[in-house]
Amino acid sequence: MSTVLNPLDVAAVRKDFPLLSRILHGRPVTYLDSAVSGQMPLAVIERMAKYEREEHTNVHRGVSTLSQEATDFYEAAREKVRRFIGAGSIKEIVWTRGTTEAINLVAQTFGRKVVQAGDEILLSAMEHHANIVPWQMLAEEKGATLKVIPMTDAGELILDSLDDLLTPRTKLVGVVHVSNVLGTVNPVKEIIARAHAKGVPVLVDGAQAVPHLQVDVADLDADFYVFSGHKLSGPTGIGVLYGKLAHLEAMPPWHGGGNMIRSVSWEKTTYMAAPGKFEAGTPPIAAAIGLGAAIDYLSGLGLDRIAAHEHELLVYATEQLSAIPGLRILGTAKQKASVISFVVEGIHPHDMGSLLDGEGVVVRAGHHCAQPVMTRFNVPATTRASFAYFNTREEVDVLVTAVRKAIELFS
Amino acid sequence: MSDPRELYQQVILEHNKKPRNFGKLESCTHHAEGHNPLCGDQLDLTLVVEDGLVQDIRFTGSGCAIDVASASLMTGAVKGKPVAEAEAMAEQFRGMVRGELEPGSQTPLLGKLTLFSGVKDLPSRVKCAVLPWATLHAALKGEAEASTE
Repeated sequence: MSTVLNPLDVAAVRKDFPLLSRILHGRPVTYLDSAVSGQMPLAVIERMAKYEREEHTNVHRGVSTLSQEATDFYEAAREKVRRFIGAGSIKEIVWTRGTTEAINLVAQTFGRKVVQAGDEILLSAMEHHANIVPWQMLAEEKGATLKVIPMTDAGELILDSLDDLLTPRTKLVGVVHVSNVLGTVNPVKEIIARAHAKGVPVLVDGAQAVPHLQVDVADLDADFYVFSGHKLSGPTGIGVLYGKLAHLEAMPPWHGGGNMIRSVSWEKTTYMAAPGKFEAGTPPIAAAIGLGAAIDYLSGLGLDRIAAHEHELLVYATEQLSAIPGLRILGTAKQKASVISFVVEGIHPHDMGSLLDGEGVVVRAGHHCAQPVMTRFNVPATTRASFAYFNTREEVDVLVTAVRKAIELFS
Repeated sequence: MSDPRELYQQVILEHNKKPRNFGKLESCTHHAEGHNPLCGDQLDLTLVVEDGLVQDIRFTGSGCAIDVASASLMTGAVKGKPVAEAEAMAEQFRGMVRGELEPGSQTPLLGKLTLFSGVKDLPSRVKCAVLPWATLHAALKGEAEASTE
């Protein structure tokens, strides 16, 4: 049985984003760069401003009414995150500065404990540098090696290779849920099940997934799931590490300092239980509250409606861009999020990026912090348009016209 | 911020399409490779320097239009010039695109290369325009590699 969704009222939604009425080089801005950073709706901006104007103090400090209030708002945001990703307990939700810090935290605590000389860490061929470099640093320190799950020319992971790649030496699998370059939605549930069958824990980089998909960490059975606030219509400087409680409890703390301790003497320090022991120092309180407001906003719009709208844009843009002679889309997986990377014969992506910018079209041109993906597809860089729930078909048309204009200029 | 479209003038587009002095000098006296890690631009520059003059110069590589046109126009501009003059041009060019020239100062050596002056308003593209000149500087100093990082 299928339910019919009321489509998003995009015209109304757009009014929540002041930046969308900006003029860039004489044209209305066409923001197709939400994979770089999502725009924050007014509800988030105003919630953060309210905290700074009327509620600002520190959390977990003393008995003042203000501090208790701030603590309540801050912890309520943690609960919103828990519910949003389907975690069992707020003890499993650790605040970090972002996806990158969350992965480094796991590498430097969990990773350092379980990875020894001669061991293997298995990553996918479409990882962002954030899910490569921390493991490479750990591997170097421990004398371990990185192995890679290959992908097809369409940008789909070759899961048949898992049987050979998962060995008794494999201590961790790191896989991106949605590729920031190719848009591929990876079958992480299956990957996790196959890794677990061999006793290997899995970290999922969900930075590009949470804005587009309903994520349920319990259903996925992920050991760790990480993402950033600013890709989820929230602010920068806040991110989330979800970890199964048993893992978090067994992990040593990472950064030391205030907030993460139970008691300190010159002889010995005892630590808070998770998540507190991973949250040294004063956290980004306004950002955490802002992320909570962003989750409220997205939930209010409806994640299923967001997904339906973005899928429609993806299909339309794919069709329109594919019709341009000389243009090649990288990443043609069957399951895709609303991200389109492309290259045009004879035009470097940076030239394309500059020319689109001149038309008010904001896209990303570059290697997208995924140089191994560029190498895999034998391109120096790509131009990437990413579509969010506030984008329209007319904006796809603006992009397509601007791309055609650039091609004409270079012909 | 100026309009990025203004940078893509006909001369630049034309040199990108049909770069001059494209190729490799087999019996060169100077050679350097330039690399712009951020963009993936790569440049291989070979020169024949005799009697203090740049007798011949060629480049190969791949990059964006700004990079390729800059290399094409640079090779044309320094060919036949004394080494010291080529170095002085490199200095003026880098000053111009980085916006480091004193207000009102002249760049008499650059001639039509001043069409790259708009790059100074597009900080993300400065390295593309500079790469050929940084590679030339490295080659003349006897260094094997130049990087814009």
